[in-house]
Amino acid sequence: MEFEAPAVQLGAIGPEIALVTTALLLLIVDAFIPEGEERWYLAVLATIGFGVAIILAANQWGERELQLARMVAVDNFATFVKTSVAVFAVLTVWLSRDYLKRSEDEESEFYALLLFAAAGMMLMASAADLIMVFLALEIFSISLYVLVGFRRRSLASQESAMKYFLLGAFSSAFFLMGIALVYGATGTTNFYPGGGGEGIAGYLVSSAASDVDLLVLGVGLLIVGLGFKIAAVPFHMWTPDAYQGAPSPITGFMAAGTKFAAVATMLRLFVVVLYPLRADWRPILIAVAIATMLLGSVLAVIQEDVKRLLAYSSIAHAGFVLTGLIAANDRGLSGSLFYLATYGLTVLGAFAVVTVLAGRKERNVTLASYRGLFYERPLLAGALTLFMLSLAGVPLTSGFVGKFLVFGAAIQAGYWWLAVIGMLASVIATFFYLRVLVVMYMQEDDRGLQPAITGRLANSVVGLTAAATLVLGIVWGPLIDLAERATVFFA
Amino acid sequence: MPLSYVLVLAALLFSIGVYGVLARQHAVLVLLSIELMLNAVNINLIAFSAWLQDTGVPGQVFALFIIAVAAAEVGVGLALVILIYRNRRNVDVEGLSLMKW
Repeated sequence: MEFEAPAVQLGAIGPEIALVTTALLLLIVDAFIPEGEERWYLAVLATIGFGVAIILAANQWGERELQLARMVAVDNFATFVKTSVAVFAVLTVWLSRDYLKRSEDEESEFYALLLFAAAGMMLMASAADLIMVFLALEIFSISLYVLVGFRRRSLASQESAMKYFLLGAFSSAFFLMGIALVYGATGTTNFYPGGGGEGIAGYLVSSAASDVDLLVLGVGLLIVGLGFKIAAVPFHMWTPDAYQGAPSPITGFMAAGTKFAAVATMLRLFVVVLYPLRADWRPILIAVAIATMLLGSVLAVIQEDVKRLLAYSSIAHAGFVLTGLIAANDRGLSGSLFYLATYGLTVLGAFAVVTVLAGRKERNVTLASYRGLFYERPLLAGALTLFMLSLAGVPLTSGFVGKFLVFGAAIQAGYWWLAVIGMLASVIATFFYLRVLVVMYMQEDDRGLQPAITGRLANSVVGLTAAATLVLGIVWGPLIDLAERATVFFA
Repeated sequence: MPLSYVLVLAALLFSIGVYGVLARQHAVLVLLSIELMLNAVNINLIAFSAWLQDTGVPGQVFALFIIAVAAAEVGVGLALVILIYRNRRNVDVEGLSLMKW
């Protein structure tokens, strides 16, 4: 029997290989360090791993092909997402270094899981086959389940990990059912035509939408699975609990990275591959987006825990990004990419401030513990002010530009009313962002803020993200330009 | 055997799984119900794979991937169950109510 081995171009997944190798190396190195010794070089090793991954990913800029038996798309879009995720992850590592020193948790496993999660997110961005999407999704999900429960002695952390895990596995089952139905309808799991098959995109063009009932049902279930990962209403129930219980640096990484990876897959799948089917998926996503924007903003108003407040804010932001996706035009694509890249940096910064202030065992995370913050730590309060204003979408911050782009795209596509609802939700959201500011600046601290143990690394993360938030809000041109060039897909 | 028989079987299994996830108290039983849902997906994939014949290979491969990933997932899930059992002496899902709204 003739057997032709497929050509293996490992360069296509070079960044992911770099991350996984580093993770394994970390675990081995850690085993040889005697108990009780300083482990700063683990963080250095993880940083080097991400550095290599960023370089390898950036090298793929400009390429446009399907590799590894047509499983992985190498294009500007994937490169943009991969680089952003790696940057988020590096910032998380630096933040975690000080966090872990304070909480005395194991470091090597933490970084290794973070590396695995980032590798999964990167793979997700370039997945060109539903099998690949599923594998990438599970790689980062399983890593995150463990990371969420990493504060082993905290009941809240255990509870949030359990909730995240059970609901995550539940939604994965729906996602898989969706894939099975799509496969049954189209006879393929691959996105693009070629290599002896027509792919989902090719199928939609060829059969001229004669019998797509099964396919639409499958796509609906795919929305359930992906909507869960981006925390869209009504699949958002896990978000506040998981965000509250998880270690703060991980919460920031989940908000930034998971959202980016899952929306990236949605952009590739819906806007590019399933574009001919848009009359079917658009109404579902519009309903989801409206519910997400409004419910996320309204429920955040009553929160007393800062992490929970930011969790609801992250739900609302998922809705804002979806408006760019629903627009399904070039502007919507580049707008969503810009939005997620800048939102990721801002939300990481916000959680960096939360991490610094939380203290041991994360006790100081209530809004009340932020009273009079400005008078005790003016720089941190200033940075948090900037992040809150950016999340609210105030001009001169990156959040404003992002919102402007996605709402602009929706208006261009004729969904002006969706943009109006989005702006309305933003106004509601502004209320609770301002509430944080009021607490920081206008209320007296009556019990004395516990001195937070901080390190230079965590502070530098706050500084870097604050600078990025401000600079990208004033000089947005280059990043928008990059995001526009990143809408070159393999198609 | 018509394809629809197998699809109905898979749909039934999937529904039983969904019911189990929603109705069961014990975390391990919830896990088992999720496994039921995943196996329903496997049955679906293999039925479609046999039905499609010449383009049927991805379905079978996919089923294998699901089995492998489900095993990894259950590994993490049972670890969490043990962790929670150590602290609370029970693993009822209803008891996980430290955080609400």
